[in-house]
Amino acid sequence: MKLDDYDPGDFYDELFVERGQPRPEALPLVERINSLSIEELMQRQQSAQKALLRLGATFNVYSDEQGTERVLPFDIIPRIVSGHDWAWLERGLKQRIEALNRFLSDIYGEQKIVKDGLIPEDLIYSSKGFLKPCLGMEPPNGIWCHITGTDLVRDRDGQWYVLEDNLRCPSGASYVLENRRVMKTTFPLVFGQMPILPVDDYAGQLLETLLNLAPPHLDDPTVVVLTPGMYNSAYFEHSFLAQQMGVELVQGSDLVVADGYLQMKTTKGLQRVDVVYRRIDDDFLDPTTFRPDSMLGIPGIMEVYRRGRVALANAPGTGVADDKVIYAYVPKMVKYYLGEDQIIPNVPTYLCWEPQDQAHVLANLDKLVVKAANESGGYGMLIGPHATPEQREDFAERIRATPRNYIAQPTLTLSRAPTLMGDRIEGCHVDLRPYILYGKEIYVNPGGLTRVALRRGSLVVNSSQGGGTKDTWVVGNS
Amino acid sequence: MLSRVADSIYWLNRYIERAENVARFVDVNLNLLLDSPVGVAQQWEPLVLTTGDLTLFKENYGAATADNVIRFLTFDAKYPNSILSCLQMARENARSVRESISSEMWEQVNDFYLMVKDACQRPDDLDLSDFFSQVKMSSHLFAGVMNATMSHNEGWHFGRIGRMIERADKTARILDVKYFILLPSVKDVGTPLDELQWIALLKSASGYEMYRKRQHRITPQDVVNFLVLDREFPRSIQFCLLEAERSLHQITGSSRGVWRNPAERALGKLRSELDYITVEEITQRGLHEFLDDLETALNDIGRKIRETFFALEVV
Repeated sequence: MKLDDYDPGDFYDELFVERGQPRPEALPLVERINSLSIEELMQRQQSAQKALLRLGATFNVYSDEQGTERVLPFDIIPRIVSGHDWAWLERGLKQRIEALNRFLSDIYGEQKIVKDGLIPEDLIYSSKGFLKPCLGMEPPNGIWCHITGTDLVRDRDGQWYVLEDNLRCPSGASYVLENRRVMKTTFPLVFGQMPILPVDDYAGQLLETLLNLAPPHLDDPTVVVLTPGMYNSAYFEHSFLAQQMGVELVQGSDLVVADGYLQMKTTKGLQRVDVVYRRIDDDFLDPTTFRPDSMLGIPGIMEVYRRGRVALANAPGTGVADDKVIYAYVPKMVKYYLGEDQIIPNVPTYLCWEPQDQAHVLANLDKLVVKAANESGGYGMLIGPHATPEQREDFAERIRATPRNYIAQPTLTLSRAPTLMGDRIEGCHVDLRPYILYGKEIYVNPGGLTRVALRRGSLVVNSSQGGGTKDTWVVGNS
Repeated sequence: MLSRVADSIYWLNRYIERAENVARFVDVNLNLLLDSPVGVAQQWEPLVLTTGDLTLFKENYGAATADNVIRFLTFDAKYPNSILSCLQMARENARSVRESISSEMWEQVNDFYLMVKDACQRPDDLDLSDFFSQVKMSSHLFAGVMNATMSHNEGWHFGRIGRMIERADKTARILDVKYFILLPSVKDVGTPLDELQWIALLKSASGYEMYRKRQHRITPQDVVNFLVLDREFPRSIQFCLLEAERSLHQITGSSRGVWRNPAERALGKLRSELDYITVEEITQRGLHEFLDDLETALNDIGRKIRETFFALEVV
């Protein structure tokens, strides 16, 4: 009833082929939603939201003085990915992470890719995420990016693209797990009818990934999650993951370097720490190596790391592969390191530091999206078609001043998914961030965080910009 | 376990117990007033006095009217020991150690906090008595959830020590209220009015029925004996000390009667003093003086627990 008049419009829709025609894998869900009144749906939406508040699945908003916690807006109509699509995505993501990891090893090692002329040296050294102190380091088992969140989008024709890679401290995995928990109580019947792949083993896989980094001779290695503290926007996630893994959640002040090891302060004295899943940025990790003003990190931890006496995940320095300019080179990396063609394509990207590209970008600012190379969270962006002439001129100046810092991409028409907006169901733009773990093998959690732009017509899905989330159902082939 | 985590679980429990006791104080006074003969002045100041924060109260509120005192002790976000503040801090502590406590405990603290916060936003249309009993029950619920869902590990023992020390302190302060509540004249000692106040006092410690089973008659000495020295009643000071001591020795692994750190020594010393003291000796020393010393000793134990377990300084 509600979804019968749902209009997918001139977009790729995640649940509908066209008006009145659900995608086959979405059929049981659409039928279920149609059997409910809009009031019932709204009620379920409310109780889902309430459940998340009770669970404390909140994030902190820096600018929001009054009560710094909010529940991430959550939409109860899930997004569905077919098993067929998923199998392809999974292969593509594994390939990508493999290549990125090879790149990181190479770039902090022999730098063959630079010597062979595929990536200009300047680009590497001018990247904010590139850390000179990490040159020559070899993390355990040669793995740098243990946890990655890769942002995927679909264009109008349904084609998937990688929008960006997040290799520093990608957030959101906890929402995947909590959203699923809430959805199971919201649509229990549908779960019985559809072969939805479970996401719950993420924490177990994460723990295995981290344990894999511990020195092999230790019987019972101590793993911790390092958080900047309760006021960090992702604190809920830090504590949730620590809890799900059954490991300590520590702050910088709980740790100290003593006797050449990283140790934590316990009620019974100091205790050695072997693996740190750190959720603070490289810059803040060690005031003696990086930012001297950091109060969040642990003085001397890098020296302990250098000696192989503690493992850090992700390894410091992975941020260089996060750089949006470096991103443009991933297809080349895949070819170079793996001898394969990239499976999931990049969005076509113009590099403003290349004169030809820059000229094109400046001439087409009204059609392109311009992004700062080192920003995240939807900051430092110009969405050309929606911008004012002044905003475009402002960006043009910035690009001319520091071309290295900007890339531009054509505006994609992100796919949409039916979303409950007030007392109506409307199509809203979505993206998808699956979580990939690199331990003994590469593991991709089946699903990921679907972020949805809740402002009507908006393309920006970031939680810091008013976005919400949906549960992502990967429907296996039954 | 991490010192910071132990510290937070300890305070999480103290704050919840503190909120519960504030609710007890206020509620019993409300009831007492309803029973007092006409003409007996309302006495709200003693309540503030027992918190030790009378000066702060006077600065911000002036006269100790029922409204002022209730607002101060219950809803004042700036007063760190109000029910609202206690819940805020309990929740902050719980939030900082969510990974170490059960999710049921977190949900209970969070619910409790949301309930109090909601009440504070509409104090005027609040049924106070109902609210205070909700606070008490929520605190019990928290303790129950903690007992039933958290492993009785080190963290749990620190939590119990926190709760027991806070409770011992508050029972001492409840008893002390009687010292400050003035009878209209000396002749009223031993009259129904006096007895009424002792009954109120027992009730604020939820001890009225249990007391009756044990002593039948209400006499000041027996009430003091019951609330200070009874070894079976869960809100008596000696009971709390015994429980706290048991947990402390579970943590350290040393047996009771010996000590390896200042916290064990201070707690063991106070507990054994109560083992052998009689109510007559307490009366001789003066109840108020005795309670005052006891509160000081409890503060000292709290400090030593912090120094021994929470404040590890690494040079």
